Amino acid sequence: MRRLLALLLFVGGPVLYLVRRRDERRERVHLYYDDGSMVTLQHGAPEAEQLLALARSAL
Amino acid sequence: MDAASALADLTEISSQVEAAVVLDDTGAVIASTLDDAERSARLARTALDLLGAADKRFESGGRGLTQLEAALREGSVFVAREEGRRIVATTSPEPASGLLFYDLRTCLRSLAEPKAESTPAPKPARPKRRSAKAEHSDKEETGA
Repeated sequence: MRRLLALLLFVGGPVLYLVRRRDERRERVHLYYDDGSMVTLQHGAPEAEQLLALARSAL
Repeated sequence: MDAASALADLTEISSQVEAAVVLDDTGAVIASTLDDAERSARLARTALDLLGAADKRFESGGRGLTQLEAALREGSVFVAREEGRRIVATTSPEPASGLLFYDLRTCLRSLAEPKAESTPAPKPARPKRRSAKAEHSDKEETGA
């Protein structure tokens, strides 16, 4: 039983961590301008955090 | 088209839209898909805050921000603005961004169009019948 639990932790932990990181990487902000240009702000960028926090409050 | 009908069309076309609000420059709600007025006002406020924050941080070289997408794990928030009106929509996760922006812009443009029912196109003026006497006086003036 202990071995099974240890195996679950050994496999499940990293999987959960990777899934969470992948989801976080998907969080981003796209800004579109009238000249046709676009700026993408990835999760973790200080500029993105404020905008993502505002958006999160709307959901 | 009125704002409520435009939003109804939007939600019918775009199944990923969960809520949408049309607002003016000041943040006043013009129409909403939400029944809760307070939630509509909060969503409108968020749209203004997002545009304001993005404008402040990324204003450069005279370009203007026209639309914005904030993608989160829980869903996405889209804001588009055009000629004094803004539209904000919340969606399920990973929506088709291009299509959604197209639908939002179509919604905003349909609001800008003049109402077809209330202001019918003016009928073409019928040519007035001129009497023979008037035609005769015209000929005299021109010397014909």
